[in-house]
Amino acid sequence: AAAGLYPCRTLLAHRAGALRALCGSVRGLAVGPDTHFGFQTVTEAERREKIYQVFESVAKKYDIMNDSMTLGIHRVWKDILVHKMNPSPGTLLLDVAGGTGDIAFRFINYVRSVRERQLQRKLKHHQSLTWQEISESYQEDKSKSLGDSQVVVCDINKEMLKVGKQKAQYLGYSEGLSWVLGNAEELPFDDDKFDVYTIAFGIRNVTRIDLALEEAYRVLKPGGRFLCLEFSHVSNPLLSRLYDLYSFQVIPVLGEVIAGDWKSYQYLVESIRRFPPQEELKAMIEDAGFFKVDYQNINSGIVAIHSGFKL
Amino acid sequence: RAVPHAPLPAGRAALSRSGPRPRHAGGGRQEEEEDGEEGCHELYPGHIPTSPLQKALLAAGSAVTALCDPYRHDMVAVLGETTGCLALPHLRDKMKRHPEGHRILQERPRIRLSTLDMARLRGLPDGSLGREYVRFLEDNKVSPDTRMPTKFVDDEELAYVIQRYREVHDLMHTLLGMPTNMLGEVVVKWFEAIQTGLPMCVLGAAFGPVRLSARKLQVLATELVPWAIRSGRNASCILNIYYEQRWEQPVESLREEIGIFPPP
Repeated sequence: AAAGLYPCRTLLAHRAGALRALCGSVRGLAVGPDTHFGFQTVTEAERREKIYQVFESVAKKYDIMNDSMTLGIHRVWKDILVHKMNPSPGTLLLDVAGGTGDIAFRFINYVRSVRERQLQRKLKHHQSLTWQEISESYQEDKSKSLGDSQVVVCDINKEMLKVGKQKAQYLGYSEGLSWVLGNAEELPFDDDKFDVYTIAFGIRNVTRIDLALEEAYRVLKPGGRFLCLEFSHVSNPLLSRLYDLYSFQVIPVLGEVIAGDWKSYQYLVESIRRFPPQEELKAMIEDAGFFKVDYQNINSGIVAIHSGFKL
Repeated sequence: RAVPHAPLPAGRAALSRSGPRPRHAGGGRQEEEEDGEEGCHELYPGHIPTSPLQKALLAAGSAVTALCDPYRHDMVAVLGETTGCLALPHLRDKMKRHPEGHRILQERPRIRLSTLDMARLRGLPDGSLGREYVRFLEDNKVSPDTRMPTKFVDDEELAYVIQRYREVHDLMHTLLGMPTNMLGEVVVKWFEAIQTGLPMCVLGAAFGPVRLSARKLQVLATELVPWAIRSGRNASCILNIYYEQRWEQPVESLREEIGIFPPP
């Protein structure tokens, strides 16, 4: 019966559907429960593999494609996220699925400028310093331009991390930045470590969102903040129509023309439609134990920032 | 059309979907899009069904990209596929009417390293089609396996026709005696434009010269293009030759048979 619901699915899913019909519950243990990959039905293991391949394939053109698809607006979204975070110097940030480093670099810039303003204010208060004190303060500046802030970029995909590291080198980011290969569902970090946890346009690609949220809760310090930036659901009907039209008609074409890869970008737009809407994600975040969970729609819900605290 | 609902895995309330499908804003066309991606309308391996709007966008995008970066062979291929809707049936009918072309359509031969016996071809006498073809591949450091498979043609037979055209392209170079530099490619495009009528060839022939130096342009305009046009007009349809069965035939004789004039 289940197989009959999917007359037009790929061979992979057909096999899965037929097996399910034959073997019933036993199969569930052997092959793994079903989930989605865009609009296809696949097992969890298959989904993880496919998503890994998608990002391996798009890594080099990831940034160009982001700019083309969103006409550069994704930069604004990411700026809003970091401004909402409002990190102070000394913050320890974990950026999960941070691949090419967009959030990490913004964090560093933000903290640096906050630090600079702090130092300027300090200097203003000490108008008459001795030469000794002035030279000391310069040395201090050099070693503490970030004020002990640190960001750990964690991603499951080697290619994305590679691109991120290259970008960091090219743009001149070295201090306070580290790159870790890891799975959001099973983070390689101790409990109660980080002040802020961010995941920008990554949680959609996680196979077990509930596990990722639990891990986020685990690694955050008490008082720590969870921030998630992700595509969400547009309720305005007119905008929704235009958005769907643009997503399904234009984006895969852009993927083919710019990156030579239609299918990855088809997956992208399908995965956005599959992702839980704002309220549902809020409930999931609350389930993981976060308090004061809230969300902020940007551009009428094309993108939403969810926030929660570990108290 | 009924919208299938993804079954909820047991004990995974957290992953429940509120709406398994997007809002059907674009109605039928979008649904077809999504279904198509899943294999419902996949007519051949690698086929990606596309709406007319997508084809138009692809045609425009690939034309611009191919012009800006001639090394994007995949864009040239996509341009050919998205604009060939009139020329391809015409070519297919030409093939059907010709006995050898008809056989090609039936047997669907593919020119690939796995199907070619390179050692045997290399052993053929100089001047034979097989020997000259291998020489061409080696001199220009190209391989028949780098041809893009067809993606955006919505008819299985036409998809083969354009695939055949692509694979025969290197043989065109051999028969016309043109190298794979920009000048050689443009000349071959002129020839192919006359022969196939594919808009991609016409565009390539018209815009390709934009990237050539003045001296080359002169040679192109005075000698090469007139020769290519004359040959193209005079020659029978190049897709109607079963090249795989003519490796031993001397290039000269094949040229005469098809009606290609000797290169300048």
